[in-house]
Amino acid sequence: MSAAPQKAKAGAEKIEVIVSAVVPVNDLVTRFEFRRPDGAPFPPFSAGAHTVVEMKDQGRTRLNPYSLMSDPADPSLYAISVRRDDQGRGGSLFLHRQVKPGDRMTITYPVNLFPVDLRGRKHVFLAGGIGITPFLAMIAQLEKLGARWELHYSVRNAALGSYAGDLTARHPGKVRVYHDDQQQAIPLGDLLDGQPLGTHVYVCGPKGMIDWVHRTATEHGWPKDNVHSEEFLAPQPGTPFEVRLCKSDMTILVGENESLLEAMERCGVDAPFLCRGGACGQCETDVVDHDGSFIHRDHWLEDDQRASGKKIMPCVSRFVGPTLVLDR
Amino acid sequence: MTIQFNDETFRGDYSFRNSPWAIKRFPFPFHEDSYMYSVNMEQHRGGPAGSVFEKRFDVDEHYVSEMRDRALVLAEDPLRCQSLPHMTLAGWDLLELIMVSKSEDYPDLFELHRDGDRWRWVNKPLGIDDTFTFMDETTLPYGPLEYITRQTQGDFAVLDQRDDNLWMDAGMVTTQADWSLDFDIGMNFFEWHAPVPLAHELGIFKRALKFLMNVQQGAPARRLNWTMTVNPLLDTSPENYHKWGIQKTELTAENIGAKQHLRVELQTFYRLPRSNALVFPIRCYLIAFQDLVTVPKWGRRLHRVIRDLPEELATYKGFIANRPLMIDYLSRHDDGLPTSPGVWADLETEPPLQK
Repeated sequence: MSAAPQKAKAGAEKIEVIVSAVVPVNDLVTRFEFRRPDGAPFPPFSAGAHTVVEMKDQGRTRLNPYSLMSDPADPSLYAISVRRDDQGRGGSLFLHRQVKPGDRMTITYPVNLFPVDLRGRKHVFLAGGIGITPFLAMIAQLEKLGARWELHYSVRNAALGSYAGDLTARHPGKVRVYHDDQQQAIPLGDLLDGQPLGTHVYVCGPKGMIDWVHRTATEHGWPKDNVHSEEFLAPQPGTPFEVRLCKSDMTILVGENESLLEAMERCGVDAPFLCRGGACGQCETDVVDHDGSFIHRDHWLEDDQRASGKKIMPCVSRFVGPTLVLDR
Repeated sequence: MTIQFNDETFRGDYSFRNSPWAIKRFPFPFHEDSYMYSVNMEQHRGGPAGSVFEKRFDVDEHYVSEMRDRALVLAEDPLRCQSLPHMTLAGWDLLELIMVSKSEDYPDLFELHRDGDRWRWVNKPLGIDDTFTFMDETTLPYGPLEYITRQTQGDFAVLDQRDDNLWMDAGMVTTQADWSLDFDIGMNFFEWHAPVPLAHELGIFKRALKFLMNVQQGAPARRLNWTMTVNPLLDTSPENYHKWGIQKTELTAENIGAKQHLRVELQTFYRLPRSNALVFPIRCYLIAFQDLVTVPKWGRRLHRVIRDLPEELATYKGFIANRPLMIDYLSRHDDGLPTSPGVWADLETEPPLQK
């Protein structure tokens, strides 16, 4: 054993993969399937886990998290489905435009921030759009375990309902699809009222939908711990700002289209991270001094921590003002 | 190397012994001449050849006898192994982790042959050759957790992770330092650590929980913990305190070298892949004072650590009454020379005792 405690390592363990298939699912969504170059099995994973995909995009490294949607019991491949975001920072566009079968890529070991509560007597999944992906893995896992589940899946229209046809064909009676263009909506209140004791609800989709489910469940008397959600935040662009990093003894500039975490990495600072989406807490950083205001966008810090001005989550949060000094 | 398994007991006549090989590789837990709590975690991925850190699940000369002792404890008290209904999947995860690790790390002792879900497991030291269906409990003589931990040294706490906490929802606990799975089952991380002094004030548990919830698949971690045990007892449980507690009063200046043991736990932490649970193997190593002081550096250092330990810790660890006897014995093995940093024996470089 070493004498001193070790520094947290940045990111999860990595796996080298080959892109084995690129399958358009519809106009917006494409599925990417990975295999290992040596044909070895992938590590098993728990449904709800994500992997962080490393993209080498014109000299810049992008690291984006995506839910694993393949069957956790099938170690021959990992698969993700990616929605093209034309207004985003470019990760999804890179995958859609640049990545071809046969390409070598690096992804991380699975990390699960959205696990199934295996105590649940029944599991109700509420998906909005591309939020369907973690539920595909959960359904596969719960089917093997013989557990009770149902899925309510809200899509813009039939053409953009990724995997909706597959799911309804394979699990008639367990899957309901709701089409926005036909003014169909998940009857959330009735749905929540009708569940047996011990049911757990899981929601993955746009922020508005997640808030709606938590709020409605609270109003209908659901215990907080029986409602689960996952929302990955993408870092948002913003005004460039300067940061002093004490431990590294350098001052860096965070550009308009990069996150604080990405800027630190670009300057060679080995900062800890895991999900890169404001959820896991791994990149939490102490603020030594500041003059200006924080733009906190994470799901991690408590309100009093934000108010204290002593913490920031550099993966998604930004700063406006002349002085920010971090203990990094 | 081929391991010669001892035929020994951890009760009654206490025939437990450490060979010179086992003494040299003992996981001495003090990296400096004093001790205080810390979140002393490091990655668990190998260590020096022959050390207890080298393999994922260390197998040593005590293996066969320790498993016999576990079977005796379970025969008297089946509640030492428990698994709440939602933890069965984690049990299979653990079975797979141990079978894969041991068959890869000790191919001469263990074999695993997998044909889809049809698995054959060969454990040569214990004379086991079983074929079963992975994930089908009806094909094993016990549940998956009990089956594999009856064949693996160390206690196992299997923790469910949910609601931003860890929950003691399954385990196999027969070689524990005075805690009870039956008492703790279903508790969360803060509940089962409530009796530990000082560490709460130091914020140790909040930081430790945060660290543990972030232990990821493929990146196991480890730390050492320690206490003191009179006689080489594996089962120092609260359930049996009436049997072993009294033995602490039998220590004398004449028998302390043979009877008093430093008890070290190698604690490791693995994220389990299918269940997302965390398994916490707690492997117990015992060494008699008279064997420990054959390593000059360890004799010097243990004396200084025990002498200077805060009273609360000596009380919590259960040896406050015997501390004067210990200090008296150990002081004879401390000549005041400086010690080299780190935990290793450093037999070639550290001078022999100068008195």
